[in-house]
Amino acid sequence: MARNIQSLERAAAMLRLLAGGERRLGLSDIASSLGLAKGTAHGILRTLQHEGFVEQDEASGRYQLGAELLRLGTTYLDVHELRARALVWTDDLARSSGESVYLGVLHQQGVLIVHHVFRPDDSRQVLEIGAMQPLHSTALGKVLAAYDPVAHSEALDSSRKAFTDRTVCAPEEFEHLLDLTRARGYAADLEETWEGVASIAAPIHDRRRMPVGAVGIAGAVERLCRDGEPRPELVAAVRDCARAVSRDLGAARF
Amino acid sequence: MTDAHTAGPFIAAIDQGTTSSRCIVFDKDGRIVSVDQKEHEQIFPKPGWVEHDANEIWTNVQEVVASAIAKANITRDDIKAIGITNQRETTVLWDKNTGEPVHNAIVWQDTRTDALCRELGRNVGQDRFRRETGLPLASYFAGPKARWLLDNVEGLRERAEAGDILFGTMDSWVIWNLTGGVNGGQHVTDVTNASRTMLMNLHTMEWDKKICESIGVPEQMLPEIRSSAEVYGEITGGSLGDLLGGTPVASALGDQQAALFGQTCFSEGETKSTYGTGTFMVMNTGEKIINSYAGLLTTVGYKIGDKPTVYALEGSIAVTGSLVQWMRDQMGLISTAAEIETLALSVEDNGGAYFVPAFSGLFAPHWRSDARGVIAGLTRYVTKAHLARAVLEATAWQTREIADAMTKDSGVELTTLKVDGGMTANNLLMQQLADVLDAPVVRPMVAETTCLGAAYAAGLAVGFWSGTDELRANWRRAAEWTPRMDAETRDREYKNWLKAVERSMGWLEDES
Repeated sequence: MARNIQSLERAAAMLRLLAGGERRLGLSDIASSLGLAKGTAHGILRTLQHEGFVEQDEASGRYQLGAELLRLGTTYLDVHELRARALVWTDDLARSSGESVYLGVLHQQGVLIVHHVFRPDDSRQVLEIGAMQPLHSTALGKVLAAYDPVAHSEALDSSRKAFTDRTVCAPEEFEHLLDLTRARGYAADLEETWEGVASIAAPIHDRRRMPVGAVGIAGAVERLCRDGEPRPELVAAVRDCARAVSRDLGAARF
Repeated sequence: MTDAHTAGPFIAAIDQGTTSSRCIVFDKDGRIVSVDQKEHEQIFPKPGWVEHDANEIWTNVQEVVASAIAKANITRDDIKAIGITNQRETTVLWDKNTGEPVHNAIVWQDTRTDALCRELGRNVGQDRFRRETGLPLASYFAGPKARWLLDNVEGLRERAEAGDILFGTMDSWVIWNLTGGVNGGQHVTDVTNASRTMLMNLHTMEWDKKICESIGVPEQMLPEIRSSAEVYGEITGGSLGDLLGGTPVASALGDQQAALFGQTCFSEGETKSTYGTGTFMVMNTGEKIINSYAGLLTTVGYKIGDKPTVYALEGSIAVTGSLVQWMRDQMGLISTAAEIETLALSVEDNGGAYFVPAFSGLFAPHWRSDARGVIAGLTRYVTKAHLARAVLEATAWQTREIADAMTKDSGVELTTLKVDGGMTANNLLMQQLADVLDAPVVRPMVAETTCLGAAYAAGLAVGFWSGTDELRANWRRAAEWTPRMDAETRDREYKNWLKAVERSMGWLEDES
């Protein structure tokens, strides 16, 4: 059997101790119950408190279980909540980029579009909320596959159809693309799904730094790219938008 | 790609709202450059009474303006004008020699003038002044609130008759202070705010002497009525004088009229609806004053400088977003307002259930104070998800009823509905709206239509924008929902809704 990590075992023991009844415990109670030095116990408690698993009563200084434990069981973020939080930022992205904006989440083996802002010209456009896009070839899909382990395995398990001759299908090449996505903090799709269409997307994180979705722009490749690369100012605008939505969801600045 | 917010000049807009004061700086494309906001205290001295401290509001206004300018990292030379939009009907009286309010401002929701309004109706009833003012005698409007203050603040009537007291809605209070206060502040109001006092004659656009006398408000305390877009004065003195001295104060519009302006509803028949806790729907009726026989309000839409006055019909729905909040807070069926859509989408239809949220009676177009909320059509089959559908449909059908009333009064069919407000994030509701109205529903890219409207009007007044055509060109469609419901289903569902409405009436027996 591999050696277990001692501090995690001690943290688990603390949580069990605090869950033992409707009570708050002081630092010395906790330390003596678990046979730990006060300094050691305090270090672990502070870490747990920082993560929200433990709360300290201001008046008495005693510890109790934190609200974060309750939230662990219900981790998922309602997609309509995500849309409501993203509304102003995605409008602004459409306005500054001049392109249509999409917000996508993982759904079964693909990307479900949960929000769509029209390209700000006067052309006729159809609302694409509820549409599905492929995971392996679109910018939204690649971001989800790069950051969300579930999306990652879905993308690897899928057949990864070649939509154009630019679609990346081979597993090693695909993994390399995801590494690149994580390193750069965004993904691009240069005519890999539709001829003539490019897209750029970045990840949205929630307050627990979990990837909950992706936001991006899509449009004519001539407008989105220069010299075969996504235009840096558009990449910056997409990433700014993703960061703003993440901040609204309570994620720490990054 | 258009460049980010770098190039000036800019227009600033103050939104003095019911719960907070905000300032937004806009660029020439109508994009938001910076925002600041500060809430003020809601004072509830008795059940049904709501007050604001006008001094606190003025302090907050100065702070948010200064902070928005600082956040935008610009100077006074970059700001071409400042505009104002405000919570309507909220009334403040102050001493023109000291600048001190004589009492807290009485907020529009305050019902203390209920009895006074009934008394003012005499043998005619609530429509006594409707022909001249477009409004029924109801506690919202400013005139009776001023009368209440004159009756109830010791010695105030004498001071008012001596000419020491000034009356204002929040636009007047802010403009007077911005333009110098006791040192030559301009005592003005705009036509839209004046149209909510019950003291202005819609036909002459002047204070109606007879009505002022009947309501008991001395005319010398009233501000001068001006257009919605013209330079009233310049920012002078005080902390804002140092920051923005000389900047023209160039627009005032009541909040719902500002939203109409911000949505660029400049043609007759164009209509906007703002979906928040409640819903306000306003239709531009051009230069025509349309008397409503369907329970709507006739009001002023806006007036740009010396151009003709543009009138409007207004219908409000008391309970829309607040019904979703009720499902969350009182019923506990959802944990966030957005989840109503998730729950509603888990079923195909309403399962036969209809929810009429007549929590405090039915408003336009029914006006039945004896009605109370009902959920009709319940069977064993109905789940909480069906109720979630019924909750959203209630907003859609109430909108349809107002739209029908507007068509009936104006003879103009609704061709498109422009929407804004928090509930526009609800995709299912927006689709339902398009379905039941049988008209496209469009959401603009700038969500802050109220502030934008005030900025637009101020910008027009100083020539920052050339005219309404340029503003229209700034308007961008962010989303459009087209009707997908077949006529047969729509007619059947509407009939069912109206049956449910029928069942909500007459619940209270001691009222008519």
